[in-house]
Formats: sequence, structure tokens, C-alpha cells
Amino acid sequence: MITGRFFAAGSDRHIAITIFILLVAAVIVPLLNLAVSPASAFYIPPYIVALTGKYLCYALLALSLDLVWGYCGILSLGHGAFFALGGYAMGMYLMRQIGSRGVYGNPVLPDFMVFLNYKELPWFWHGFDHFWFAGLMVLAVPGLLAFIFGWFAFRSRVTGVYLSIITQAMTYALLLAFFRNDMGFGGNNGLTDFKDILGFNVQADATRSALFAASAVMLALAVFVTWAIVGSKYGKLLMAVRDAESRTRFLGWRAENVKLFAFTVSAVMAGIAGALYVPQVGIINPGEFEPSNSIEVVIWAAVGGRGTIVGPIIGALLVNAGKSWFTGVLPELWLFALGGLFVAVTLLLPKGIVGTWDGWRGNARAPRVAPVAKEAGTGRGVVSATSKPARSPARNPGEWSWSDPEPQAAE
Amino acid sequence: MSKSNTILYLSGVSVSFDGFRAINNLSLVLDKGEMRAIIGPNGAGKTTMMDIVTGKTRPDEGEVFFDGQVDLTRHDEAEIAMMGIGRKFQKPTVFESHSVENNLMLALKGPRSIFPALFHRRSAAEARRIDDILGVIRLGDRRGDLAASLSHGQKQWLEIGMLLAQDPKLLLVDEPVAGMTDAETEETARLLRDIARDHSVIVVEHDMHFVRELGVKVTCLHEGSVLSEGTLDFVSADERVVEVYLGR
Repeated sequence: MITGRFFAAGSDRHIAITIFILLVAAVIVPLLNLAVSPASAFYIPPYIVALTGKYLCYALLALSLDLVWGYCGILSLGHGAFFALGGYAMGMYLMRQIGSRGVYGNPVLPDFMVFLNYKELPWFWHGFDHFWFAGLMVLAVPGLLAFIFGWFAFRSRVTGVYLSIITQAMTYALLLAFFRNDMGFGGNNGLTDFKDILGFNVQADATRSALFAASAVMLALAVFVTWAIVGSKYGKLLMAVRDAESRTRFLGWRAENVKLFAFTVSAVMAGIAGALYVPQVGIINPGEFEPSNSIEVVIWAAVGGRGTIVGPIIGALLVNAGKSWFTGVLPELWLFALGGLFVAVTLLLPKGIVGTWDGWRGNARAPRVAPVAKEAGTGRGVVSATSKPARSPARNPGEWSWSDPEPQAAE
Repeated sequence: MSKSNTILYLSGVSVSFDGFRAINNLSLVLDKGEMRAIIGPNGAGKTTMMDIVTGKTRPDEGEVFFDGQVDLTRHDEAEIAMMGIGRKFQKPTVFESHSVENNLMLALKGPRSIFPALFHRRSAAEARRIDDILGVIRLGDRRGDLAASLSHGQKQWLEIGMLLAQDPKLLLVDEPVAGMTDAETEETARLLRDIARDHSVIVVEHDMHFVRELGVKVTCLHEGSVLSEGTLDFVSADERVVEVYLGR
């Protein structure tokens, strides 16, 4: 069923194209970096590989936010926290891999612990010398936090701006906690000076290329998973909760469980993004918990188009490419540009780049497509349709693509 | 009063909001298979009564029993919906960004947990049931259209269709003909009479013409309790009802 839908033409096709592009990039970019001579015009320098790899992690983070915001109307302003927690889990693994090569040469304790006079490894650092364990924690820690947080928030029917505020408070609380030296996560400086990942030097070009490829493949996988979730009956329910939560309750659905599942899946995706991000940038510190980071993610998703799968990816890539360029040229004006961008998108492109593009194309194509769709759509109901004159024909056949996904109050 | 053979049994129910008694010692009994119209001026407590029955509001005191034995005050909205009470809101509430067909699909009776929904495939029986309901609510030719593109009256019908898809024992229908044309109103009366053949129904409505067309027993609420009960002619001849409506 899923594969059938996957290869079908139509609106699902740009999902297939996106996945294809990501998988091709996962192969081509490392090739052009490693196998092509630096003198060639096709050569991709290592810093570009690292930079775009970082962007792909941001894109995955934006996609995870879109699953809850675009499809379920939960505006989380704390997704940076899940990203950072996944990053810390990976950072702990990378710290343990340094071994006795640290400045203090302690075979077990990371440098910051020696510096802070730790006598032994805190209990929660055990197991992080194994990659599989760290990998599990990358999924489990953000997932569990989201599950517990969501359990209480959704059960108490905290919605709208109140939910946004408490997610923001959550990431801020974690920021303050991780800043403390006695938390055991390196305090202010965080975790850095990484040496190896799975036995390969994190600084090496080949490792960077592999991390880029892993990010691209993971993003492709996340696109597929999100698409499968959104297209299922559960996905329709998710949007139904967004549009008319009380209607779903009175139909017997538990809206809190619907939200909780999406929120947890989304947090796990954000955690994976963070775990891929840390070895590529070489550091994780409490700054990643900054509320402003989480808000920036919201801007990426809004610019690209929330409620679409491709939108947040495009938004994250464009805004971050813009940021890299802008902070090089006029660094002090970047925040104004970002704020201005958000205002401009909200006013001029409320559906974001992809949403607007889809709407425009839907309208342009509608006159040709509509008669066919109408015939196909009424196939089974044709008896009742012909026995009675149509009550009111559709005002505009292209309307479906313009329909406003704004949430509406039920009563 | 015996609870057996009743589908809904309210006795001595009261609820207040910030000191305002929205429902005041209300007692109301609906027999199995009965259709009842509830009328009353604004603020009479009609919608609050529905909130109590569907678990949205907990009564301060009184008994609310469904099907003779289930105490509704101990359950929440989703549980009550699963027991077989469907509710149509005053303002038509459908899933605007889904097609008419998918609106019904989400309402169809069946398991209500996450994982079955994640791996759900539409069965032939479900498709047939959706076709049947589309026929009943006369939206067969709009099945693929977004619910947002329906007219106000069609949204009301779609919502009634969603209740039918739930296959409830009792339907609570709040102002089904508000904002409808005369022709649509007549059609809705016919639809509800059809539904009442094998369901218990409570209809809250202001439109006396519509209530007359339903041709059922009428309960008039005022200030949170029953003012008068009987045929429409009896109720509308009642001195107190006239007084309440005309404000004498």
C-alpha cells in the first residue's frame, strides 16, 4: 500500500523527488569531495561539506517541528531542547572516545571532570563508551522527556499559547541546569575536543563526508516516515485534532494521545538531528538550549511552509544559507533581517514558500484536472449523485489547494 | 421513577457557573427509541444540558444515567462517545481540511487507539458504510470535496452523517437548522425522522416550524429546569410557556 502510493504520480511525487535528491546528494557530495582533485571545478571543499551537513541537521529539526506544528497545531517553542539532548548524548559518547588523549591524560574521566576534581565517573556517564548505548540514548532521552512532558500537558488540556510558553520554559530550565558545573555535563563549556567517532578521526575529510551522507540519508528517512504518518488514518486524525479538537473528542478519539504520539515521534527526530549535528560542528554546549534557537526553528518552518513536508526543509536550508552569507557581510544586522523575514513571511506568504507555490500551481492546473478528478471522485456515489440534481457546484475547482489550514475553534 | 427502558435519565441535576445556576434541579427522561424536541429561550440551559450528558461539564448534584445503568457523571467525553452518544454542535463542526469522505472515515465506529489508526486500511465494509451514509445525507456527489467548500447546510448534514457513522444509540442534535433555507429545513426534518426510526434522538431547536414538522413530544426548558412537556400544541398553549417567550 505504502509503496504503491509512494510511486504514484501527483502530490506525493515531490516527496519521492525530495528523497531521491537527498540520496543522490549523500553519494555525490562525498565523491566530489574525496575523489575529485582540489584543482577541479567540481571539487567540493571540506568546509562546504561540513556546512551543508549542518544545514541538513537543521532541516531535520525543522521537519520534526513541522510534524507537531504544521500537522497538529502544537506550536512548540522548545524543540531546541530535544535537539540539544540528542546532541549531548552523542557528545558524551565522543568524550568517552577521547580516552587518555585528553590534556590531563585520564583514561576514564573527561578533561572537565579532572579539572573539577571528580573522583569517579558520574553514574549517568556509564555506558556512553559504547556507540550502541549512546545511539539508544539519542532516541530515548528526548523521546522520554517529550512523552512525560506531553503526558501532563496534553492531559491537562494545555493548548495554544500556554503550551508554547511552557515548552519555552522547559528549554530555558534545561539551559540553566546544563550551565551548572555540578550537573556533570561540562557546564558552560559543554563537551568538545572530540577525537574519534567509531574509530575514525572526526576531523578527517572522509569522516566529514560520511557524516554528511549519514545526515542526508537520515533526513530522507525522516521525510519518508513523516510522509507515511501524515498519509495514514492517524495523520488525518492529527489534522482533525488541529482543526476541531472537540469534534474528535466527541467522536470518541482521545485527542491527548493523538498529540502525545506526534510530540514524542517529533522529539525523537529532533534528537537524531542533534546527534548528527554535534560531530559535524565539534562542540555541544548549553547555548543550544537557548530559547531563541527554538524560535529560529519556528521561523525556518514558517518560511518554507508549515503543514508541508518539503517546506520546512527548504526553509531551513534557505534561512541558514542566508544566515551564513549575511553574518559574513553585515553580522550586526542579521537578527534584524531574521525578524524582518518572519514578519514578511507572516504578512506576505502565510503558507510559506512551498505552500504558496503549491497553491499557485494548484490553481493554474485546476481547470484541466478538475473534470477528471470529479468523475473519479464520484465513481461509487454516482447513483445518489445522478438521482438528485447537484445542490451547489464547487465554487472554484482549485479551491482545495487554497483551503486555509488555520486552526479553528470548535465551538 | 424506574430507570429501566430509558435511554437517558436525568434526575435532580443542578450545575452553576460562578454562582449562576445554569441547570436547576432538572429532571428529564427519554425512552428507548424516542425522539424528543427541546425548546426554550436563550439561556434556558439547553446546551449546558448537552454538555452534562456528553461529559464536558460535571453536574454539581443529581443523577445522569445512560441506557438505564451507566452513570455518565463518572466518564469523560471520549468514553461517553464510545458508549454510543453522538453530539452535533450548535455551530457546524467538521474537519474542514479533509474531504467529505475522510470526515466520515474518521467518525466510523471502530477502534479508537493510535496504532490501529497508523496502519489502518479501508475495508470494503467500511467503504460500503460510507457510501450508505453519503446517500442518507445526500452528499454523494461531494464526497471528494473538502468539507470547507460545503455550504452551511451541507456542513450540518455532514456532521449528522458523522454521528451516524459513529453508530450511536442516542443522538444529541443542537440547532440543526440554524441558518438553513426553508427547503433545507424540510429536508433536515425528513432526515431526522428517518434517523429516529432506529435511534433515540434529542433535538434542541428554536425554529417552531421545524419542531412542528418533527411531530414529536416537546420539552420546554426555562431557567435550567423543565417548564412544560407534551405535544407541541399542548406546550404552546401553556400559559407559562407563552409568558416566558413573550416576556410578560
